[in-house]
Amino acid sequence: MVHSKQGPQSDLTKLKDVLDEYASVRGSLITILQKAQEIYGYLPKDVMYHIADKTGVSPAEVLGVATFYAQFRLQPIGKYLLMSCQGTACHVNSSERIITAISSYLGIEDGETTEDGLFTLEKVACLGCCSLAPVIMINGEAHGNLTPEKAVGILKEIQNTEGAQ
Amino acid sequence: MRIVIGEGSCGIAAGASKVHTAITDLMGENEPFTLGSTGCIGMCFLEPLIDLYDGEKFLRRLVRLKPEDAPAIVEAARTGDLSKVDSLTISPDDESFLTQQTRIALRHCGLIDPTSLEDYRKSDGYQALEKVLKTMTPEQVIEEIKISGLAGRGGAGFPTWFKWNAARTSVTDPSIPKHMICNADEGDPGAFMDRAVIESDPHNLIEGMLIGAYAIGASEMIVYVRAEYPLAIKHLEEAIVQARAANLLGDNILGTGFSCDMKIKAGAGAFVCGEETALIASLEGKRGMPRLKPPFPAAKGYMDEPSNINNVETFANVAWIMLNGGEKFAAMGTEGSKGTKVFALTGKIRKGGLVEIPMGKTLRDVIFGIGGGIRDDKEIKAVQMGGPSGGCIPARLLDTVIDYKALGATGAIMGSGGMVVMDETTCMVGMAKFFLDFTMSESCGKCTHCRIGTKRMDEILTRIVNGEGKEGDVELLEELCISIKDGALCGLGQTAPNPVLTTIRYFRDEYDAHIREKRCPAAQCAALLHYSIDAEKCTGCGRCAKNCPAKAITGEKKKPHEIDPNLCIRCDQCRKNCKFDAISVT
Repeated sequence: MVHSKQGPQSDLTKLKDVLDEYASVRGSLITILQKAQEIYGYLPKDVMYHIADKTGVSPAEVLGVATFYAQFRLQPIGKYLLMSCQGTACHVNSSERIITAISSYLGIEDGETTEDGLFTLEKVACLGCCSLAPVIMINGEAHGNLTPEKAVGILKEIQNTEGAQ
Repeated sequence: MRIVIGEGSCGIAAGASKVHTAITDLMGENEPFTLGSTGCIGMCFLEPLIDLYDGEKFLRRLVRLKPEDAPAIVEAARTGDLSKVDSLTISPDDESFLTQQTRIALRHCGLIDPTSLEDYRKSDGYQALEKVLKTMTPEQVIEEIKISGLAGRGGAGFPTWFKWNAARTSVTDPSIPKHMICNADEGDPGAFMDRAVIESDPHNLIEGMLIGAYAIGASEMIVYVRAEYPLAIKHLEEAIVQARAANLLGDNILGTGFSCDMKIKAGAGAFVCGEETALIASLEGKRGMPRLKPPFPAAKGYMDEPSNINNVETFANVAWIMLNGGEKFAAMGTEGSKGTKVFALTGKIRKGGLVEIPMGKTLRDVIFGIGGGIRDDKEIKAVQMGGPSGGCIPARLLDTVIDYKALGATGAIMGSGGMVVMDETTCMVGMAKFFLDFTMSESCGKCTHCRIGTKRMDEILTRIVNGEGKEGDVELLEELCISIKDGALCGLGQTAPNPVLTTIRYFRDEYDAHIREKRCPAAQCAALLHYSIDAEKCTGCGRCAKNCPAKAITGEKKKPHEIDPNLCIRCDQCRKNCKFDAISVT
């Protein structure tokens, strides 16, 4: 397909097992996209075209599904994914101040990645650790009972370890 | 002796795995004790926690543990001398958090090992299924559920028996397969009851669903669970494998001729998928957009085949009801609301966690009785129930009983179980805006009123919290609320205005203060706050500047400092850190 030549080239062979298992199972588009994101970290354009090709779903519908759900990302993410919980308990416990402090410290807004490719900031729906509010999750590990300076401290610590390497 | 660590998601987030590792590191060969894990007992405020058992006999509950506590715990387990862990033991006051509850849906949570079918079986597991399959007809099952008065725990409170009966009788052609679906896409921000049940007691969900599947005649069960709940998915996957191996799932279950299998579908994050027709679209791999009903899912659901959808907590009650009888369940609660309800008690509460109580208790019983009241001795202002579809109930209505009708009359709803407590420092206009931001971004966009109406409402609320509100804004909000309620197809849109309507109803004075006096009574709305340093009191110690995460404070040492209002993020750190009371907020 002509379109698949656009943008960076992804290694489509990595997706073969997933497509072999699900491409012909009806109603599996979301599952395929989830597995693709696990493999590539996000959903590159050529991967979505490839999925459309193999499943017989139109590229428009694939993109439609990919943009409908919060889980799917169309851009690559940084080494550390900072998921800032936007649940009610976090809100009541001033999560806004945490995200403002992170934003101003790293110079990125929701959905953006730092220039050095180290951090991506993402506001997410409730992480379900409500009693630890406010919470951010960094690469799957929850950090609770945060204050703005504690949050910035964690980022500094990561920067130090990364800088030392 | 057995050491059992609570390792639900909350426990792990609080550091339970670190405690686990610390204990493992101290263990040698041939220790006289074992180390295991369990799910979530729901005492989130005490995590991480450990239970000590002698065989099946419960000995002690140790709370708020740190890795440094591991030596004392291991010592106690080795010697049997529990005095070693006296200082870690739960206080009687904290114990009352559990003793005041009546647990049915959560009956096994935090007590059994969720990865062990054996453990579940020892706690009466799968006995209800056996009884149902071997001694009851599907009609008798539905009748028993009818007697119990069980209603949908996802929020709407629709009678479970009615849905089951509709799915059973909608299509009589046996060649058309039916589906039993569980909605575990717990989208309400601030609620985690369903996660706890699946993580801590996955077989209970399987058993409840199997009984339902038998009642409606389904051959397939699907659990639609949030991808954000990886541990829940893992435990459920393991439980499915175990159940298949034990002939509790699959063909000819327990030799009764009833066949039914189960699969998991991970949701991809869309609040609207809590609505059943949207959930079905999502299961089919499409955008989760609701559609017009009828046809109802009972007639045309997943893949256009008859389907029934219930919430996790609804299923979690089923096995208990079949084993203990519908009447025993119906004996609890009020005229219109039977049984128990689980709440996720969070916010400015002293003891937050999972609470299961019989219907008919008051909000005060939960918040002050079980939850121990408000943190830091502040005043309670309101409690939010039902998340983005619910409303804020003011403190003066705390004696409202927990009952679908009584809560509905306040403008809030029972909801799925989110109960977020707010104190005097919570701005109610900000709260309304918070929920509206949520529903606005989660609106699927199908209905104009929901798509554009919530956007307009958000704009109005934004200008109010920014101190740019105008006379008439509140009336305009109310008008929009009514059109959205009338003009939306699904529950998301129809209920989206509730948080705004209830805050206007009970906290109109806060709206007026923002609009007329450009003042936030709770001192929360950042745009209406101004931080400054009193030059007379400031000694130039530099403590504020050092602690400012935005680097907004400058000044020479030993001379009064200044705050740059353009850089200031109003995080309050300077005021908290100042030893000379030199920072003022206006």
